[in-house]
Amino acid sequence: MIAKTLRPALLAVAITVFASGAALAQKKYDAGATDTEIRIGNTSPYSGPASSYGVIGRTEEAFFKMINDKGGINGRKIKFISYDDGYSPPKTVEQVRKLVESDEVLLVFSSIGTPTNSAIQKYLNSKKVPQLFVASGAKKWDDPNNFPWTMGFLLDFQTEAQIYAKWLMKEKPDAKIGILYQNDDFGKEYLRGVKDGLGAKASSMIMMEESYEVSEPSIDSHIIKLKAANPDVLMIFATIKSGAQAIKRTAELGWKPLQIINNGASFVSSVMKPAGFENAQGVLSAAYAKDGADPQWNDDPGMKRVYEFLDKYMPGADKTDGGIIHGYGVSQTLVKVLEMCGDDLTRANVMKQAASLRDYAPDTLLPGVKINTSSTSYAPITQLRMQRFKGEKWELFGGLLSRDAQRE
Amino acid sequence: MELFTNQVLAGIATGAIYACMALAVVMIYQAIDHLNFAQGEMAMFSTFISWQLMQWGIPYWGAFVITLVFSFIGGIAIERILFKPLAKAPVLTNVAGFIALFAIINSSAGLIWDFTIKQYPTPFGSAPFLGSQLISTHQAGMIGVTVLLLLGLYFFFQYTRIGLAMRAAASVPESARLVGINTSWMIALGWGMASAIGSIAGMLIAPVVFLEPNMMGGVLIYGFAAAVLGGLTSPFGGVVGGFLVGIFENLAGTYIPGVGNELKLPIALALIISVLVVKPAGLFGRHIVKRV
Amino acid sequence: MSAAEEVVAEGHQAVEAVPKRAMTLGTGTSLVVLAALVIAPVFVKNFIIFQMTMLLIYGLAVLALNILTGGSGQFSLGQSAFYAVGAYTTAVLMEHFNINYALTLPIAGVVCFGFGFLFGQPALRLSGVYLALATFALATAMPQLLKLNFLEHWTGGVQGLVVTKPDAPFGLPMSQDMWLYYFTLVVTIAIYIFSVNLLRSRSGRAFMAIRDNEIPASAMGVNVALYKTLAFGVSAAITGIAGSLGAIAVQFVAPDSYTITLAISLFLGMVVGGVGWLPGSFVGAAFIIFVPNIAEGISKGLSGAVFGVLLFLVIYLVPHGARQVAIAGKSES
Repeated sequence: MIAKTLRPALLAVAITVFASGAALAQKKYDAGATDTEIRIGNTSPYSGPASSYGVIGRTEEAFFKMINDKGGINGRKIKFISYDDGYSPPKTVEQVRKLVESDEVLLVFSSIGTPTNSAIQKYLNSKKVPQLFVASGAKKWDDPNNFPWTMGFLLDFQTEAQIYAKWLMKEKPDAKIGILYQNDDFGKEYLRGVKDGLGAKASSMIMMEESYEVSEPSIDSHIIKLKAANPDVLMIFATIKSGAQAIKRTAELGWKPLQIINNGASFVSSVMKPAGFENAQGVLSAAYAKDGADPQWNDDPGMKRVYEFLDKYMPGADKTDGGIIHGYGVSQTLVKVLEMCGDDLTRANVMKQAASLRDYAPDTLLPGVKINTSSTSYAPITQLRMQRFKGEKWELFGGLLSRDAQRE
Repeated sequence: MELFTNQVLAGIATGAIYACMALAVVMIYQAIDHLNFAQGEMAMFSTFISWQLMQWGIPYWGAFVITLVFSFIGGIAIERILFKPLAKAPVLTNVAGFIALFAIINSSAGLIWDFTIKQYPTPFGSAPFLGSQLISTHQAGMIGVTVLLLLGLYFFFQYTRIGLAMRAAASVPESARLVGINTSWMIALGWGMASAIGSIAGMLIAPVVFLEPNMMGGVLIYGFAAAVLGGLTSPFGGVVGGFLVGIFENLAGTYIPGVGNELKLPIALALIISVLVVKPAGLFGRHIVKRV
Repeated sequence: MSAAEEVVAEGHQAVEAVPKRAMTLGTGTSLVVLAALVIAPVFVKNFIIFQMTMLLIYGLAVLALNILTGGSGQFSLGQSAFYAVGAYTTAVLMEHFNINYALTLPIAGVVCFGFGFLFGQPALRLSGVYLALATFALATAMPQLLKLNFLEHWTGGVQGLVVTKPDAPFGLPMSQDMWLYYFTLVVTIAIYIFSVNLLRSRSGRAFMAIRDNEIPASAMGVNVALYKTLAFGVSAAITGIAGSLGAIAVQFVAPDSYTITLAISLFLGMVVGGVGWLPGSFVGAAFIIFVPNIAEGISKGLSGAVFGVLLFLVIYLVPHGARQVAIAGKSES
């Protein structure tokens, strides 16, 4: 009798022991991951001249708080450790070493800026710590052969510029182009992209390349110089403030070239509105993410989730800030990658899963734009669509354009 | 030639920004005998206050006047609370205090109002001025206000008792005290006036460069340069300096081949330094004799 | 000086006089500090060793400014420019010419000495706020100069240059970080001793005479022009060597690393450490490295404001910097 009742009980115990043993065997961790927690490191410029990008880090922090409130990822809470680097590469090195060696994070996520990430790339790769979804549009983050532990996120600036160039060659083959660009890594990537895109015709089509410094209070002088050369297409590769100034001043001078502005300076509320909607009519740009200030997304299910998140976790935040949209999308993608990792939270598996995204669409990306990565392509976003400013919003036109099509 | 004229006109328009800021710099230099690195940030903060008032529905000129009063009192308060305790500390310690103030204001403004750029209205409109598209009515208005301020300051320092007392308190504090001037309050008053002038500068500059917490970062260095070029003791010199810097910078960017465009600020600064080497007190400044 | 409209300035000495004995630490204290610096790395993590290395490097840069300002009374907001020249000299020599890192240090020192000496020429005619503006201009211009197109082949332009970190020589069993720390420590001690002796020497006395008052100094036969430019040269050379070490420690140089923010930090370091007190340079360096970290620990959104408040607290409590604490401690004991 006793034996009869005991036997199933023993069996149950045996099964439990065996099963949990098997589960233990499956669970694999590197530093920064445990049964209850995943530690993620980040550096952002919360102070100093680039502090406007600090909002990206703050959005990510709020996003992970939401994930934790919903139960975390496979039962594990995210601990997001974000330090201020003031956009100074030596400080980034100090902070990232603290993250890796003292806080022992599993990975470094969405650190902001090209020079800052360049400074830590070699270190993180030699330590085999993932440098995931770098917040910079430089092309060099997509280099899995030399830097297998570094992956970008944004569509790179060169490709974006090539797409504009290709579009011009097709629609306006005899265009005379003037280019206004910011004299730093960001502006120069665009310049290179345009030249690559135009190919042999670059020297005959580009009439003037004019650079400005980000510290200049007013860019009037550059616009006047460009106007004197009289191109019929003006390409503007700028950050938000100078982009808005360029559109406004061009109109005030009574000059009406076809304007193309880079994606990063195409926000409705922080560029087009300050520039004056009446001045911005007909400006061209390209996009892969939705604009938080654009009413056409008010009923979009994805953006509704974004707005709900903002209302609850970032009350009072400026919904129209492009940094918030970026922070949301990139965090959602990281959560997806960590979910895919399951119980194998090793650094190698994080990179493997990050390079195995298939047709993933975060809430913030335009309809049709999907994230795809592979062991040979470390560029999550590779598609975008052209858009034209009309009224008070952007109108998309043409189909999806992809980086791979540009390469052919 | 058309390009040349255009660049000169645009230089005057941009120079008006520098001239405006230079006036605030001269004002504080007259009061405390050194430069305040937080001056631009104080102006930015005042401009945000006026913007906030307008968001709350107060009309432009109402917001303008309230901001002016707020800035004047705020400037005095900053001096009384933060810098009076440092009155006996070495000059360089005071400079460190200015840097601390800079950090505090910049970071608070970022937290309160975010770093996204904001449109700021102009009372003068932005139509072309006298048919020239290069100078808008706003910029013409700005030049007008600068000239008015300049005249006001000139009379204040030359002909009013308090203006003279303030100059005396800054340049020869001990003698000033001997003749019964309350030097400590003169300094506070100087802070208040510099802060108020700065707020006017900020409110005039914001429609051109857009309102955001870092808007004065680039302007302040030009304001300093303009004031130093003109001679730190002369409001007139500061204004002339502002226009000269604006014009010269544009011409250097346009006509110096090769590096002119990329280096127009360094070239402009190098020129100012060369001027200072020849005329150490600036173009219109008074010479200072050292005593053993 | 011949103009009719003359104003007599009195009591305008920007830098107060510091007696030369008060500029250094006693032998006992020095040995204790030295012992701590030698032993500490054995017990701490690599990243703390890295922070200590950075502390020594920034300490050197602040010390260089201290020689210029505390020693000869000239004020500079342009130290980041000399730091950048030193850093790029090392980076270019190491990466393009495969020159050993240790050899690049003296080269960077010489290059920066020349650069500083030349800059000291026009600076001679300037003082006070005018000199501040001139050096400030230099600091703002430097990142733009480094970005220039025709230099891009050497400097890497806006992308900067990645620098290889050296291994410990002779197969010494220590990490790269630890080796670099001891290397930096040796260089720091050498420069510190050199600086102390410089200020005690004939040249140092000449610097201080100029600092206290130029006119009697020249009346006593001090070649004011020579010594003022010399002070600029020496200061630039030491800053340049600090920049070289910084480039090796951070393994990266880019124009964004050497902005005006760096010059302002170094200036704050000098004020917090105490103008004219050489050991204070390292206290000041600790301030500029660690206080921002403390500030962001208190509030991320307001880290700049918290830093400003902490800075105010420090200058209220000790307006003369760490030197004041040291002097107070000495007079009590």
